[in-house]
Amino acid sequence: MNNKYNMPDDRGHFGPYGGIFVAETLMPPIQELNEAYQRYINDPEFIAELDKDLKYYVGRPSPLYHAERWSRELGGAQIYLKREDLNHTGSHKINNTVGQALLAKRMGKTRIIAETGAGQHGVATATIAARLGLECVVYMGAVDVARQSLNVYRMKLLGAKVVAVESGSKTLKDALNEALRDWVTNVDNTFYIIGTVAGPHPYPAMVRDFQSIIGREAKEQCIEATGRLPDALVACVGGGSNAIGLFYPFIDDASVKMYGVEAAGDGVATGRHSAPLCAGRPGVLHGNRTYLMCDDDGEIIETHSISAGLDYPGVGPEHAWLKDTGRATYVNITDTEALEGFYALTRMEGIIPALESSHAMAYAMKLAPTMSKDETLIINLSGRGDKDMQTMAKREGIEL
Amino acid sequence: MSRLASTFEELAKTGRKALIPFITAGDPSPNFTVPLMHAMVEAGVDVIELGIPFSDPMADGPVIQRASERALAHKMSLRRTLEIAIEFRKTNQTTPVVLMGYLNPIEAMGYEDFANAAQRADIDGVLTVDLPPEEGMECSALLKARDIDPIFLLAPNSTDERVQKMDLAGSGYIYYVSLKGVTGAGHLNITDVENKLKQIKAHTNLPIAVGFGVKDAQTAQAIANVGDGVVIGSALISKIEANLDNPEQAHKEIIELLVSIRQAMDN
Repeated sequence: MNNKYNMPDDRGHFGPYGGIFVAETLMPPIQELNEAYQRYINDPEFIAELDKDLKYYVGRPSPLYHAERWSRELGGAQIYLKREDLNHTGSHKINNTVGQALLAKRMGKTRIIAETGAGQHGVATATIAARLGLECVVYMGAVDVARQSLNVYRMKLLGAKVVAVESGSKTLKDALNEALRDWVTNVDNTFYIIGTVAGPHPYPAMVRDFQSIIGREAKEQCIEATGRLPDALVACVGGGSNAIGLFYPFIDDASVKMYGVEAAGDGVATGRHSAPLCAGRPGVLHGNRTYLMCDDDGEIIETHSISAGLDYPGVGPEHAWLKDTGRATYVNITDTEALEGFYALTRMEGIIPALESSHAMAYAMKLAPTMSKDETLIINLSGRGDKDMQTMAKREGIEL
Repeated sequence: MSRLASTFEELAKTGRKALIPFITAGDPSPNFTVPLMHAMVEAGVDVIELGIPFSDPMADGPVIQRASERALAHKMSLRRTLEIAIEFRKTNQTTPVVLMGYLNPIEAMGYEDFANAAQRADIDGVLTVDLPPEEGMECSALLKARDIDPIFLLAPNSTDERVQKMDLAGSGYIYYVSLKGVTGAGHLNITDVENKLKQIKAHTNLPIAVGFGVKDAQTAQAIANVGDGVVIGSALISKIEANLDNPEQAHKEIIELLVSIRQAMDN
């Protein structure tokens, strides 16, 4: 009768996905990290310190906001927004960096590195590094440095060194490659804070555990507001950390449907997209087996999305597993549709979402009208749109 | 006995060490590689590591990354790398060829299809950088069943337990990554390598080839004094990069470097 979800196994496998696929030099630090993580995640003192930081530094719990006007307008489900955009630094990313940085401190590491796409994880890492007085280096694709210059400036203000990565497609995957190269060179004093639920074990499980505060709060808040569980959850998926953070505490609640929204870029049919779960194939990249965007020869294909944070050819291995088992459904939203989601939330509710989160908004606009008025839909509003003002203004032909 | 095992055995008999060049298949162009492989054998190399170009070579420094990019620009792939090996074998049946690369191209082909294709190409060993033995048993078993040696890495921070693991999982030779870093990095410390190799040798009888950070005849000679083989990659590929408008010159400079290394190692 005990069929509770308990992935991954002790070697980090979610069925055929996940695992540890790294060069030998990284095996000892990964083992060290795993041991430290297993020890502290069950240590009441560590948990108390983490909870304190989440409350007073991050500003948790984040509200579950009933978007009444938008719900009425769409004429279906009652839409609730999990307001991760209201966290310190403006997105869900800080939930994880706070946790990993506390771990780094306990492990005696003095130097923090991170990769970043949209810059949200980079900012969240630079923030916590500043607070703890740790050296911080953030790797960011040169293309992303250009399109997210505001976040680059924030990271520099916070004292981080931002390295623009010029290799490959100059986006998030190349930043990850470069961070791995840094880690392999500086394993003794360096802690690599991965920002998403990818990478070698224990990262996918560890980042999920730190992000699952989103779903735990949402569950409690939803029951408080509506008297019952939600009917559906919607979240955008790049690597998939905000989505897994929302989904994970609901996995055993079979009545709750889960929708992960990938970036379709110009449309999945055009090949110019970032939707490995919808249109990719299983493979191995960045330390784990998962769905990837690669060609028949196994070479990674360049991805495309209007949002830098979703512009990644892989996805967390747990999402691959949830897809194969049918527990979650993965859909995709084009750049154009995401913009509709962006404008809709901005004008209907006075909340400007990040372009990443706008993909979730756009899918909810399709889903909500198919649901009844007494049903509840929770969307993870994973980040705020301030960082995207330049991109949006440029699209509208406005010079800021 | 595998071609790799007999090569190392022959070398041991004469007290010589293996010289193992690494080149990326199809860099700077597909036609460059086979003639270079033959010329390298003429120059006295013992084993050839043939790199499978990959879009995301996470353990490699900028020189080998760019080699992959150049090869991929010519639509090189695992399949075409195997074709190069077949072409080489037509006129050389003695020099072991080891494929070195990342797992995803092999995953895309499928382990069994890959093992069969490698056997048809008469490949002697396969070194997959991001496939540690914990995840690699299925692939290794398929290779071993076809007399192809699965080759694993060890690093400066590898524990005795891991050395024992590689001794059980691997065959042919062990590739010792001489420094914490990526290929072509510049901080090789011979004393550290010597001490680590002593520790490794206590747990395995497999030959140890040392790579990452070998740049010239001098470092190769120093490594040859402590290991069973010397792998040199980035320093060779730098010659290609320095002569992109003149591949013949690149070919010539690579051979000159290998000849000087061979002489230094044999002295």
